Amino acid sequence: MDSNIVVAEHAQAAHRAVRHHFESAEQQRDASTVGMWVFLVTEIMFFGGLFLAYFAYRHAYPTAFASASNKTDLWIGAANTTVLICSSLTMALAVHCAATSKRMLLVVFLCLTLVLGSVFLGVKGYQYHDKWVHHEIPGQNFHCEGCADATHTPLFFSLYFGMTGLHATHMIVGVGILLVLIFQSWQGRFDAAWHTPIENFGLYWHFVDIIWIFLFPLLYLIDRSGKGLS
Amino acid sequence: MITAPPPVEVEKNYINAEHGLKSWLLTQDHKLIALLYLISVTAFFFIGGLFAVFIRLQLATPTGAMFDSNTYNKVFTMHGIIMVFFFLIPSIPATLGNFLIPLMVGAKDLAFPRINLLSWYIYIAGGLFTLWVLFNGGVDTGWTFYTPFSSSYSNGYVIAAGLGIFINGFSSILTGLNFIVTIHRMRAPGLTWFRLPLFVWAHYATSVIMILGTPVIAVTLFLLVLERGLHIGFFDPAYGGDPVLFQHLFWFYSHPAVYIMILPSMGVVSEVISTFCSKKPFGYTFIAFSSVAIAVFGFLVWGHHLFVSSQSVYAGMVFSVLSYIVAIPSAIKVFNWTATMYKGSVRLTTPMLYSLGFIGLFTIGGLTGLFLACLGMDVHLTDTYFVIAHFHYVMVGGAIMGYLAGVHFWWPKMFGRMYPEGWSKLSAVIIFVGFNLTFFPQFILGYMGMPRRYAAYPAEFQVLNVLSSAGASILGLGYLIPFVYLIWSLKYGKPAGPNPWGATGLEWQTASPPPTENFEITPVVTTEAYEYSTEEVVHVG
Ligand SMILES: [Cu+2]
Repeated sequence: MDSNIVVAEHAQAAHRAVRHHFESAEQQRDASTVGMWVFLVTEIMFFGGLFLAYFAYRHAYPTAFASASNKTDLWIGAANTTVLICSSLTMALAVHCAATSKRMLLVVFLCLTLVLGSVFLGVKGYQYHDKWVHHEIPGQNFHCEGCADATHTPLFFSLYFGMTGLHATHMIVGVGILLVLIFQSWQGRFDAAWHTPIENFGLYWHFVDIIWIFLFPLLYLIDRSGKGLS
Repeated sequence: MITAPPPVEVEKNYINAEHGLKSWLLTQDHKLIALLYLISVTAFFFIGGLFAVFIRLQLATPTGAMFDSNTYNKVFTMHGIIMVFFFLIPSIPATLGNFLIPLMVGAKDLAFPRINLLSWYIYIAGGLFTLWVLFNGGVDTGWTFYTPFSSSYSNGYVIAAGLGIFINGFSSILTGLNFIVTIHRMRAPGLTWFRLPLFVWAHYATSVIMILGTPVIAVTLFLLVLERGLHIGFFDPAYGGDPVLFQHLFWFYSHPAVYIMILPSMGVVSEVISTFCSKKPFGYTFIAFSSVAIAVFGFLVWGHHLFVSSQSVYAGMVFSVLSYIVAIPSAIKVFNWTATMYKGSVRLTTPMLYSLGFIGLFTIGGLTGLFLACLGMDVHLTDTYFVIAHFHYVMVGGAIMGYLAGVHFWWPKMFGRMYPEGWSKLSAVIIFVGFNLTFFPQFILGYMGMPRRYAAYPAEFQVLNVLSSAGASILGLGYLIPFVYLIWSLKYGKPAGPNPWGATGLEWQTASPPPTENFEITPVVTTEAYEYSTEEVVHVG
């Protein structure tokens, strides 16, 4: 009886994408998904160090953080957040199209995701440039007009650049992977039977979005008026 | 019933399946990647060891015969960085774990073979960074990279060293990720969690620490590089930062990292003791869960490295209590190993000698750790040789003893050859004696107040320091002997056969060396691990 099971599993392993060390396509997809989630856990810990630093310093120097956060551009940040959420939607639709073997729509949605992601990065670049012009980058002739607690304001900007910079790096990596996936989708590599890379990249893209969903309120919104904590 | 197939002489095995440099450098076979790691961690072990030789030569005289203070700072820093990040962390997981986990779970390979190969290349890239630092004048911050010295004042190559460790961290993360997915998803039919060998449990716990802890040291070093390179400050008070935050982040990884080093050794020791007592380990579930408990509690004790920083004394108390608690699962293991040996017919083979050494030395290392977890004691002992002796008992007496036990235990499986028994036992004894002579005097030195990381010391400390240096030369000899006879055995050793120790466990059911696909037929497991009386591993076709 056992031998029948083994034979049956080997027979299943017919799909071209199944690698030799897996018993079945099912096992391979399962392994990839678990692997992706484990990877995302490491990413949470990676950003976690920065979030810890943020909370420690925000708690220690509330005035500095409240007044420095006024220097962020609320409306551009909010618009960029919308762009990123839309890119998550197009990515989710792309995964759906892959799962239903709609090749052209898959390519279209991946391209839309790419465009929205690039818009986000472009706007981020514009904001960085703005900070550069206003000498709000720590270590580069830093000064912050009208900021309270001059000793500790640079910390806010260090965290701003550290956190958004690491986030943007993840976006850039994501855009690079997207280019490859668009090409492969165009070639028709993915269908309902096998589209694990699209699914896993979707997880990654949503994760990067969620990081931003946390960054936006922490850096742009909390106590902008400075009334709550002063 | 036993229906294991008779050991067939397999002509083709994983080593001779393909030839040429390319077949090694592009291999996706976990066993060959394990050998690549074995070669590279051995190289780093000897480089790190060379710096240990320099340290002990310097400290043979009170005034320091070899280096000035600045050079000495670089010497102990390079010793620490290389030994911790490039030897101890990958030592057992990346070599033995890589080789054995697929075999032990009855799989053809790890879940992600290409990622496995990638992790080795990442390790090599990180290693090359570190060697570049080494040849360009080194770094002098200590392996702990404390800010603001490292970020603002040190003259060494801090950025390059930090990047080397940052890069190397990803190799560790990928190894841990691969192990977790493999253990979850690649187990052979019938191999339930509680039928897994304890070695696999230990590696599961290790992998959890690797994936949760390593990203934190990575981001910490990233921030350090930003502060030093771009003056985007996080830790230096000159930029408004707090150096203690660096210490928190650093030790959040670096305390659990100790368990990355010791848990795999504990896994090895569980296998070895069970095999050479021909008994099921006493309290299998306790040993298995104590590994997990160590991984969990290990993340809650980092503050014991900050007792003399500006950390709140109440936080200190909590960390102190938690540090005592983490000793419990370790003690459970020691008691269970001892109980396994009790009334067993113990065979004193080389791996068993190393394992016995492990138990003794790890116990001393662990108990002296409790001295340091005690708030009042620690104020006196912080940054003295007592600390050095304590963690060398854990990392060298524990982790390296376990590593050598494992290398000897599975050498016949990896290469199909036996090593010379006489030489190997002799070197095990030499290492044990040399180790104790090196590090026991350091407990006394530390207790008397000799600080760590100093290039010179008062003359009254010389006798103990000379004893330590003499011990180090014996220890060094002890490490060279296995290096020679293990290489010798590759060609001249007796053929081992599939199961020279009469062990249970799936890895012993296949040929030595195993074929590329590990098993001729996927094994089906019908019994628990370590069934020494009624071994039942059925192969179906
Ligand atoms: Cu610790």
